[in-house]
Amino acid sequence: MSAPGRTDRALWLAAPLGAFFALFVFLPLAGLAVVSLHADPALSAPSLRQYARFFGDPFNWGVLGDTLALAARSTALALVLGYPLAWCYVRAPRRWQRPLMLLIVLPLLTSAVVRTFAWIVILGRQGLVNEWLLAAGWIEAPARLLYTPAAVTLAIAQIELPLMVLPLITALARLDPSLAHASVMLGAGRWRTFVRVVLPLSVPGLLAGCLLVFAASASAFVTQTLVGGGRQLFMPFYLYQQAIQANDYPFAAAIAMTLLASVLAIVSVINLVMRRSRGFVHG
Amino acid sequence: MSDAIGLVPAPAPAPDASRTRRESLGSRAERVSFELAMGLLAAAAALLLLAPTVIVLLTSFTSGYSLKFPPPGWSTRWYVALATESPEILAAAWLSAKVAATATAVSVVLGVAAALGLARARGAPARLLEAAFLSPLMLPTLALGLALLMAFNLAGWGLSLTSLVIGHVAIVAPYVVRTTLASLGQLDPALLASARSLGASAGHAFRTVTLPLVAPGIGAGAFIGFMASFDNVAISLFLSDARSEVLPIRLWQNIESNLDVRAAAVSGALIALTTAAGIAMERAAGISRHLR
Repeated sequence: MSAPGRTDRALWLAAPLGAFFALFVFLPLAGLAVVSLHADPALSAPSLRQYARFFGDPFNWGVLGDTLALAARSTALALVLGYPLAWCYVRAPRRWQRPLMLLIVLPLLTSAVVRTFAWIVILGRQGLVNEWLLAAGWIEAPARLLYTPAAVTLAIAQIELPLMVLPLITALARLDPSLAHASVMLGAGRWRTFVRVVLPLSVPGLLAGCLLVFAASASAFVTQTLVGGGRQLFMPFYLYQQAIQANDYPFAAAIAMTLLASVLAIVSVINLVMRRSRGFVHG
Repeated sequence: MSDAIGLVPAPAPAPDASRTRRESLGSRAERVSFELAMGLLAAAAALLLLAPTVIVLLTSFTSGYSLKFPPPGWSTRWYVALATESPEILAAAWLSAKVAATATAVSVVLGVAAALGLARARGAPARLLEAAFLSPLMLPTLALGLALLMAFNLAGWGLSLTSLVIGHVAIVAPYVVRTTLASLGQLDPALLASARSLGASAGHAFRTVTLPLVAPGIGAGAFIGFMASFDNVAISLFLSDARSEVLPIRLWQNIESNLDVRAAAVSGALIALTTAAGIAMERAAGISRHLR
């Protein structure tokens, strides 16, 4: 539409933000990588000691594994709850869609610390669940619900749920309803139609949701520390602890790089599958 | 409410037509079981989205000294305590608002300019820049917080309000770039062309055509970014010095250490403000459209 010279000049408008990102995002991240490749905070000689230290200790493997497993569990739970919600939203009458959308979007805007605090009120010793269980006579003393792996999984899945639902709504709304109708008319049941037609066609939105929830869950510092408690250690708090409390910056940098690399690796794999599935859906 | 929903016509009569052709008992059971399963799970999800917020709101009006639910009685005492006996919480809230507002202002200036450039430019450099600008949305920002802390220390700048704002711009700018780019993408180029052919200068056409049409997108991005900055812990954890404590960290420490009921009052106030601002922004700029 416009001459190539003009579009090249237009890109200069992105230069100030580009310079900001180069200076305050990518240069520091490169610095983080450099620091992680040194044995001491004075950066006297490059060495792989920090990574040897991290991967040489099964304890650290456990922390990394727990973090990725937590993110995977929360993502799966958010998918199981979020998919039906997105499915119902797309089919809901228009006058229901507006309040439903607010119900989905408002939690996303509300502070994650506040939403984490809600789970402490619900699962605490004197919380709603314990009061109910006591009243029903199922337990005799308040049970320890907080600080369990199940509690962190549930809390994170609930907090990141909107990130799963929104891309799914976009994908399901784009889907041609006549495809599902045709499948039903030709005698496939609703379950079979869902599994064979609707679900495969919504894979791009599903993966986009999983990608967002996984990345957010792996670094959900506040929920991991408050609902997980002191006995469960995940990568974000581990790196904070090593940097601020132990003052071991090179090791903290190695933890940060490991977290960054593992999240990036999983996100890239999902991205790759997503691109292929888009070709499958629209191709 | 959104263009994507507009693509879906009202529920077509086809399934009902098939149902009137006397649905067999088996297929009816199959249909009901599917709709029941989906409906129940969706209801559980909706309840799960709503209930925690309502429970916090109710708890914040407790008359007791603990977070017992349901509360033993009702009072506004914790809100009074928050307003009159909690200067450190109010100071933290004020600092958070200041940092978020400054970071948002900087992000709007830099982000809108960048989006205008990216929208017009084609080719690999533009796509690469766009991916770079959006990357903080996906990265564990805790790593960025640590990286910035080490960079500021290495540069000998130390920590200040400026370093905190710089960290927050990296959080807010991606939202502004994303929503502004999306709005520019929906802009009809013919509008701008006709303004120019009718004699408007480039600057005049930008001010009277482009900017008003893109304003809701900028507003939505600025609002979402402001809320993300106001709520950010990962960056502030590393970049705030001993004197400057932001609200989410104050609240986090408050909940972790002594768990007093003022945390519920702070939460209640934040929920009320967010809900009011969110609904107003949804009406004005359609933020839900920009979050997809």
